[in-house]
Amino acid sequence: MEFKDYYKILGLAREATQDNIKRTYRRLARKYHPDVSKESDAEERFKEVNEAYEALKDPEKRAAYDRLLSGEWQAGQEFTPPPGWDAGFEFSGGGFTGADAGQFSDFFEALFGGRGRRAGAGLRGEDHQARVQIGLEDAYHGATRTLTLQVPEVDARGRVTMRPHTLNVKIPPGITEGQKIRLSGQGGAGLGDAPRGDLYLEILFEPHALYRVEGRDVYLNLPLAPWEAALGATVAVPTLGGTVDLKVPAGAQSGQKLRLKGRGLPDSPAGDQYVVLQIRTPKAETSEHRRLYEQLARAMPFNPRERMGV
Amino acid sequence: MGERELKIAVSLVLDEHVTLSLREMCRGCGLPGEALMAMVEEGLLQPQGPSPAQWRFAASELERVRAALRLQRDLGLNLAGVALALDLLDEVRALRARVRVLEQLLD
Repeated sequence: MEFKDYYKILGLAREATQDNIKRTYRRLARKYHPDVSKESDAEERFKEVNEAYEALKDPEKRAAYDRLLSGEWQAGQEFTPPPGWDAGFEFSGGGFTGADAGQFSDFFEALFGGRGRRAGAGLRGEDHQARVQIGLEDAYHGATRTLTLQVPEVDARGRVTMRPHTLNVKIPPGITEGQKIRLSGQGGAGLGDAPRGDLYLEILFEPHALYRVEGRDVYLNLPLAPWEAALGATVAVPTLGGTVDLKVPAGAQSGQKLRLKGRGLPDSPAGDQYVVLQIRTPKAETSEHRRLYEQLARAMPFNPRERMGV
Repeated sequence: MGERELKIAVSLVLDEHVTLSLREMCRGCGLPGEALMAMVEEGLLQPQGPSPAQWRFAASELERVRAALRLQRDLGLNLAGVALALDLLDEVRALRARVRVLEQLLD
């Protein structure tokens, strides 16, 4: 297993006071809490921070750990606890508080032992959670996904091992980002005959090349030629449900928003698709092009900066 | 992996269309009814219906309870603090979605 430098994880010097350790832990726990943070490695960091605090908040554990550190272990180094390293300290199986001790690393377990199950968790198996990233097309049409999750399991010797767990999940049409799906009985095993916990899947959308989504509404930028915008046109527009014809009114402007009712993610009622117009200017690449632009400039009295008073 | 493992799991989308009774909520999050009633008192949950026996919770509120429990356990917040945090997190999520849409418009 790897040696962990708990001071480094908290960003503290080894001389840090207990008060300082507590304050730093509080701050980092808020920062990396998986329900609060949007950083992708938040969950990993949160576990690390909790484990570090569990080791350092108790002066006895901390003193024992400090003695190990002075043996010049480096973070990430292959580590086996030297025999009798904890002689003279008493903390084995000592009560874990607050944090979910089932989540701690092998390193922590080797040092401080007894990953007690969280008190009050009862006999029912623990609920598990996972995130699933799906494409926007899958959210629109619905999909079935095969997931393989690494599930922690407590074996007969009380050690936690990871076991792959494969299941098929039906994702109904019209699911939105951040929504949760509960899979009954797919969580951790209960003790004895007690029921298994549930598995909660959080839906995330893969970034899409064309669309952005807000709730059930879909946004699309639609480039137009200046003459299409000025004269009006019927243009083909992609939507999640397939191409539709959109009538652009004459005199359309950049940034103008047209609504395709009910063309967003399905539901009752379905979301809408908003088409945001963007007028693109063709380059004057030939003398013919230049001549046409010059002709336009002469024929059309138009000052786009009229309201700026310059 | 046998074929049994690959059968489609029984799933429930936790959205506004599905509602749960107080009992179903208790079973879903492993809390006694009193704890959920305290959350209703705090305005953290907003069930429909005149009395606890007739309450219907939007299924999305189950996840709200679970998040509330995590925040209480991990950050030592009280119920009022949890309710505030959850409201602010909802707002942050909505604003982030808005920002993503607006950023695209600036491209």
